[in-house]
Amino acid sequence: MIIYVLCFVLFLVGLYGVLTKRDLIKIILSLSIMEYSANLFLILFAYKKDAVFAILSKGENPVMVDPLPQALVLTSIVIELGITAMLVALAIRLYQKYNTFDITKIRRLSG
Amino acid sequence: MQNKGMTVIVKTITRFTVWVIILYGIYIILHGHLTPGGGFAGGVIIALAFLNIMLAYGRDFTSDWLKINLLHDLEATSAILFLIIGILGVAISGSFLANFLSKGKLFRLVSAGTIPILNIVIGIKVCVGLFVVVWSLALFHITKGGTE
Amino acid sequence: MILPYFIVIPLLAAFLISLISGKKDNWAIILAIISIISLLIISIVGFIHALDNNVVYNLSGWDIPYTICMVMDSFTAFMLIIIHLIALTSLVFSVAYIRHLSRSWKYYSLFLLLIAGMNGVVLTGDIFNLFVFMEIALFSAYALVAYGNRSEEFEASFKYAVMGSISSTLILIGVGITYSAFSTLTLAKIASQVPETNPAVVNWLRCIFVVGFGLKAAIIPFHAWLPDAHSSAPAPISSMLSGVLIKALGVYVIIRLFFSVFGMPVAFGILFKVLGSISILVASFLAINQWDIKRLLAYSSISQIGFIMLAIGIQTPLAVMGAVFHVLNHAIFKGLLFYNAGAVEMYIGTRDLKKMGRISRLMPVTSTTSMIGTLSVSGLPIFNGFFSKLLIILAAIQAGATVSAIIAVAGSVLTLAYFLKFQRYGFLGNEEPQPTGEKISLGMKTAMVTLAILCVLTSILIIPGIKENTLTPVVNDIINQADYIRLVLGG
Repeated sequence: MIIYVLCFVLFLVGLYGVLTKRDLIKIILSLSIMEYSANLFLILFAYKKDAVFAILSKGENPVMVDPLPQALVLTSIVIELGITAMLVALAIRLYQKYNTFDITKIRRLSG
Repeated sequence: MQNKGMTVIVKTITRFTVWVIILYGIYIILHGHLTPGGGFAGGVIIALAFLNIMLAYGRDFTSDWLKINLLHDLEATSAILFLIIGILGVAISGSFLANFLSKGKLFRLVSAGTIPILNIVIGIKVCVGLFVVVWSLALFHITKGGTE
Repeated sequence: MILPYFIVIPLLAAFLISLISGKKDNWAIILAIISIISLLIISIVGFIHALDNNVVYNLSGWDIPYTICMVMDSFTAFMLIIIHLIALTSLVFSVAYIRHLSRSWKYYSLFLLLIAGMNGVVLTGDIFNLFVFMEIALFSAYALVAYGNRSEEFEASFKYAVMGSISSTLILIGVGITYSAFSTLTLAKIASQVPETNPAVVNWLRCIFVVGFGLKAAIIPFHAWLPDAHSSAPAPISSMLSGVLIKALGVYVIIRLFFSVFGMPVAFGILFKVLGSISILVASFLAINQWDIKRLLAYSSISQIGFIMLAIGIQTPLAVMGAVFHVLNHAIFKGLLFYNAGAVEMYIGTRDLKKMGRISRLMPVTSTTSMIGTLSVSGLPIFNGFFSKLLIILAAIQAGATVSAIIAVAGSVLTLAYFLKFQRYGFLGNEEPQPTGEKISLGMKTAMVTLAILCVLTSILIIPGIKENTLTPVVNDIINQADYIRLVLGG
């Protein structure tokens, strides 16, 4: 039970970073922390008490942990890699146009 | 000055270790149906080997050695190959991405039908794609631009 | 049979474009138009087939608990026809518009990836597969919003990407809780197990999915990305995003999850009615204030999605028919209005209503079609907007929700108000502005005239003889949850 609470605290740390930081790069890093906590949450659901890793071996096979959330997490890591690459490219182009990484100065659209 | 790469010590050691990294990546791709890893993890390892060369030797040397246009075509070709294997599944077995080769015996290297072939195709696509993305990001000279 | 081809054809065309094209974009345009026309033909054939019997297709030939299944019933086929129709007109419009910016094949490749992602969301029957295809469609949307390389486009795309990623993380946590509570990922199996699970867990899941997919559909507390993203994007992409993407990713998934899988108790009906009413009123007041034409049209999109959410909250079959018909109508006339805005921007060179004057003599096709679009969205008779808004208001009165009916009528009056401002300052003003750009081409005029004709033609879908064949099967497939479970699980 305490593990799930700590995972939720990690999600809140990431959310705090996205909401309050002023630097573009720090926003990208906090978004990554939030996504790591979602992956951790998925893997924590697959655990069974006293079970071994989910690889078949020769001989007898005892009770294994659930392999489906591990496949979901692999896909999710690939998606987050793509998002981070696109956000970094956008940050570089924003620096070329606005000369700053500070989001309080990048504010031409409003209203 | 940025394009000359690093010192002589780094260049000499890289010349040996890069091949070991690529061999390790190929091992993880090929044994994807027997041990943890598979296409994506092996592809990332090989991409990091190319990135190692780019860091140690500089951008000019890497663009002569690797020919970026070839990598661009390789990326699109491997994606089309994945879709063709799926359509072959429809033609032979009746469902998209069906496993139409023979499944073989358990625990051998050549077994499990089309899964090792799909692992190799995914490995090539991930390695080339990731390297081209990092190469394009490194190509920007971060200058102070004007307003527009 | 034909279900995986909805995803294979656009992906194959996107990668072939990337392989074949050199510096010019001729091959890209030909390949893109061929693939979209073939997809439109297949989706019309699929709709006629799905009226009699719906189709289930299992990938890789395995059975239900181990595989990803694709389901096509009438609602899915209806959404597929809308997606491909708007995509075809958008491609025809964008040939001239994008060449004005740069001759590159990358736009067409990203556009086809967007179509592949949306087709996947609409067709799938598995909840994690829905998340993956939604991310594919959103990547292409973030890249296409930033396509024109101006500084406002990068700022809008960054804002859209960060907010979209937060809601995607929330949806992933929701998928994790779903797997833990039901131990399966197929939507029909979850639907058959919902009556036996703890009601508190299912209520948490409903709340998480309302917030997550509500941001994609731009309901009012979660709408802040839409005015920037839809006003800064190039005009054909604005019409794709506002006409199809917020409906395929937002409205379709909410209808599918809340009518066929989790069920909607009374509290959530009230929640949707409240959110819809707030969206209608607040977005209309914000739209009256705007002087930039594309920002006005973006706030109008939020307001019309509020109408659809109001109708979903009422839950009777007449209200669901009004909501589904309004999805089709809004895609057609909002696409038309965004094309007009793009044509005006390309010819006159500005988007500010204070600087435009009497354009009606300089661009006759554009001003006639924009008048048709304005009359449709305000809800005047014989145009299609009148019939869908009438259905929503009648359904609200019949179900006893008189407050919702009054708010819907007030929303229609406010819509007429700000669109009259659009017409009076933009097209029928005092002096003529000087044209600074190039004349608009034949492709752009064709796209606008086609959509204007469709604005009038789709009102015949409400005539009682035709309604039984087109709209009533769609409503039946949404309302009957037991039929959906029996279709997929084969029981």
